[in-house]
Amino acid sequence: MISERHCGVAVIGGGPAGLAAAVSACEAGCRDVALIERDRLLGGILNQCIHDGFGLHRFGEAMTGPEYAQRDIDRFSELGLEPMTESMVLELSKERELLISRRGEMLRLRADAVVLAMGCRERPRGALSIPGTRPAGIYTAGAAQNLVNLENIMPGKKVCILGSGDIGLIMARRMTLEGAGVEAVFELLPYSSGLPRNIQQCLNDYGIPLYLNTTVTDIIGEDRLEAVQVSQVDEKRRPIPGTERIFECDTLLLSVGLIPENELTRMAGIEMNPATGGAAVDDDFMTSVSGIFSCGNVLHVHDLVDWVSLEAAEAGARAAAYALGESSRGGSIVVRPGAGVRYTTPSRIGGEKDVSIAFRAVFPGRDRCLVVSADGREILREKRVRLHPAVMEHLGVKAADLKGCRVLEVSVQ
Amino acid sequence: MKTDYDVVVVGGGVAGCAVARRLAQYRINACLVERELDVSLGTSCRNSGVLHSGINYKPGTLRAELAVRGNAMMDDLCRDLKVKIRRIGKLTVALDKDDIPGIERLHAQGQANGVPGLEIIGPARMRRIQPDVQGIAAVWSPTSAIISPYGLTIALAENAKANGVDIRLGWAVASVNVLPQGRGFEVRNDRGDMLSCRVLVNAAGLFAAKICEMAGIRDYRIYPCRGEYYVLDKRLDGSLRALIYPTPNPKNPGLGIHLTPTVDGNILIGPSADYQNSPRWTGNRASAMASLRDEGLKLLSDIRVSDYIRTFAGLRAKRTPPEVGGNADFVIEDRPDVKGFINVLGIESPGLTSSPAIAEMVLGFVKNHLALTPKTDFNGVRPGSALSFGERSPEERADMIAAEPDYGEMICRCEGVSKREVLDALDNPLGARAFVSLKYRSRVSMGRCQGGFCLPRIVRLLREEFGWKWEDFVNHSAASRMFAGYVSTGGKSDDQ
Repeated sequence: MISERHCGVAVIGGGPAGLAAAVSACEAGCRDVALIERDRLLGGILNQCIHDGFGLHRFGEAMTGPEYAQRDIDRFSELGLEPMTESMVLELSKERELLISRRGEMLRLRADAVVLAMGCRERPRGALSIPGTRPAGIYTAGAAQNLVNLENIMPGKKVCILGSGDIGLIMARRMTLEGAGVEAVFELLPYSSGLPRNIQQCLNDYGIPLYLNTTVTDIIGEDRLEAVQVSQVDEKRRPIPGTERIFECDTLLLSVGLIPENELTRMAGIEMNPATGGAAVDDDFMTSVSGIFSCGNVLHVHDLVDWVSLEAAEAGARAAAYALGESSRGGSIVVRPGAGVRYTTPSRIGGEKDVSIAFRAVFPGRDRCLVVSADGREILREKRVRLHPAVMEHLGVKAADLKGCRVLEVSVQ
Repeated sequence: MKTDYDVVVVGGGVAGCAVARRLAQYRINACLVERELDVSLGTSCRNSGVLHSGINYKPGTLRAELAVRGNAMMDDLCRDLKVKIRRIGKLTVALDKDDIPGIERLHAQGQANGVPGLEIIGPARMRRIQPDVQGIAAVWSPTSAIISPYGLTIALAENAKANGVDIRLGWAVASVNVLPQGRGFEVRNDRGDMLSCRVLVNAAGLFAAKICEMAGIRDYRIYPCRGEYYVLDKRLDGSLRALIYPTPNPKNPGLGIHLTPTVDGNILIGPSADYQNSPRWTGNRASAMASLRDEGLKLLSDIRVSDYIRTFAGLRAKRTPPEVGGNADFVIEDRPDVKGFINVLGIESPGLTSSPAIAEMVLGFVKNHLALTPKTDFNGVRPGSALSFGERSPEERADMIAAEPDYGEMICRCEGVSKREVLDALDNPLGARAFVSLKYRSRVSMGRCQGGFCLPRIVRLLREEFGWKWEDFVNHSAASRMFAGYVSTGGKSDDQ
């Protein structure tokens, strides 16, 4: 028999986004918050991020991942909330019905509001179409990080890394510290995909070379990985014949992008934003389905956990308000990326209140201007000394500038 | 385990396993030896997973005869063995007038082969079967089906084992000694272990010609011909309601690149066809991958980059060299020159389809050498269900979780595999312990994240529940160690 229950706000995912959303929903007056987490512990991916640097913006101090998570877990417990751990949401409907599988029980949970906080997953090798064999020794950087930091297992001794995403850079340093030889990091693009500070602290400080405009073009080894062949790529990212080079290694870590984990979102028929891979939301973080909100990496992949928490706290408060009967205004102003901008979120806004728009640039650049225009009329211009696709940008837009506006566009000049 | 057998079957592919299970119905001592750490790790797990109707083969050949017979045996076999099968039928499509003679020939050939239910149909009926299908006419073969090829092979082996056949994994034949006066064979592996038998069934696939040579038979050569595939995300499940094939080109060593839905809800693009020398290298080449992507997009325009979740390749054990191309017939023979040596050789497509019929034919040959008495206690029914836990209704799953809490704990999120299913997969009757053994039995890490999420969880589970050490984790072969040591010992191998 399927158990049946009801709650005010159901938060799917107990990582940083889910924790902040649950805490804030509770603080906003909803006493009936269900936080659903598939792992044993709350904290999500932070639990395997034992390096420091978390919390600089939110708490003004540098913490490790588990320390950062513990702040929110403590607050969660202080509020008298109990998490639902080792519980996986299998289905989500438009009517905000969740089907949850957990030890000893299948549960149908009806929620007045739902917060999607499922985070993201790593892009696997298959998505890259790397030729060659499929030996043991090829892991995504995050899986390797889990093995090393939580399972005490060394994936290998001689490591190459494809992709300069932040987890890959962190793992380059981590594997080095644990005695492995990290041969090189290869990046397809002409610039790194990770934060500039990680390039410095994880590669340069350890003398690990970063090869830009380079990708893996063959995998060698039928049992365990023996070597990778890399090639330089042209401006269209096609391998250039004659530039092949062999790197002997027993391990290849992949840090080639993160994909918001939106299977449940799609199941509920929620409108997506193709540029972010997350839901299209309004400035209350509400999706196209009334009462379902989205925040954190499932909405768009963030660079820093601090932004995840701040965003999720707002989404949690709005979800609580919805659950408590406050009607949502919805959004009629379309927000879209203009020249030089990869994506913007939220996708639409109401215009009645000030709003922060998050976005990323397409290319790195220096001394650029960020411009927001409303129906073609410039309403905001801010200078940036440095712009980098790896760094998420925010711009605050005033409600007063949005009167009668239909389309808001963010561009880089 | 004993070492003196009536029959030794060499090769744990679908043909060898089908033979083993057929032999299990008789009161004889039989053993199957497989060089890899599990059955079905060669060609049998690396193909389209299609049961062919039998239209594509020349009348009078073994391929035609055994495909039609094998196809007809599959419903009962899959029911008993709890193997997923879906009779979705196949359209072999004529894109334009030039293809019409080709499909007419195919239709006539199928009828000559005794394929049931064949029709040539027009665009209206084609679109009812598959709404967006191109072309002006097609041969409709309703008995074409999809199946899990490794599911069937594993099930055959497990049921053979349950009925008394010894299955030796990691047992690579290094020599075959033909005893004088037709007294049988001594078979040795590379470690020097010896098995003796009266009858030897050579179902060694890509290595079958080598096994022949070991017994002094020099008539055959196997030319490995690689077929590469892409696996597509389940997002596209339902886009294909039937198998859609192009009109065959007689020069092509395969049936041409096409899309194939799998019983698990993925779609395959493939296979390419490239000859190679190695009987074991199953990598992918950039050129083949590019042409698969191009062909795939032509056939299904909705494919996005994120839909490619994995590539794989399999090797056809062909008897025709590259300069000849096309196909030769299966060799299934009771060697007159080497008494008791039975060949099951050159089993390329439709080997999967034909496998139960091949087994029956081999059984006939075994009877030439041994008196076979049926077992009264043979149980051909495998316990369990063809449906995985996740494929059941929520109500059924709720009841199963209530009875067995481990069903409620999800290990693999993409494929919805529970802890109970992982434990059951590990507890398999063959004692196969490679990571791929868990994959093929439970589908862990076969979904869109390809193990990024579940691999660390499986490692934790096996260490906690079974005390596995880092060196116990191998991917597919003894040399394919997944890890290099522990962190706390600086990567040294001592357990602490």
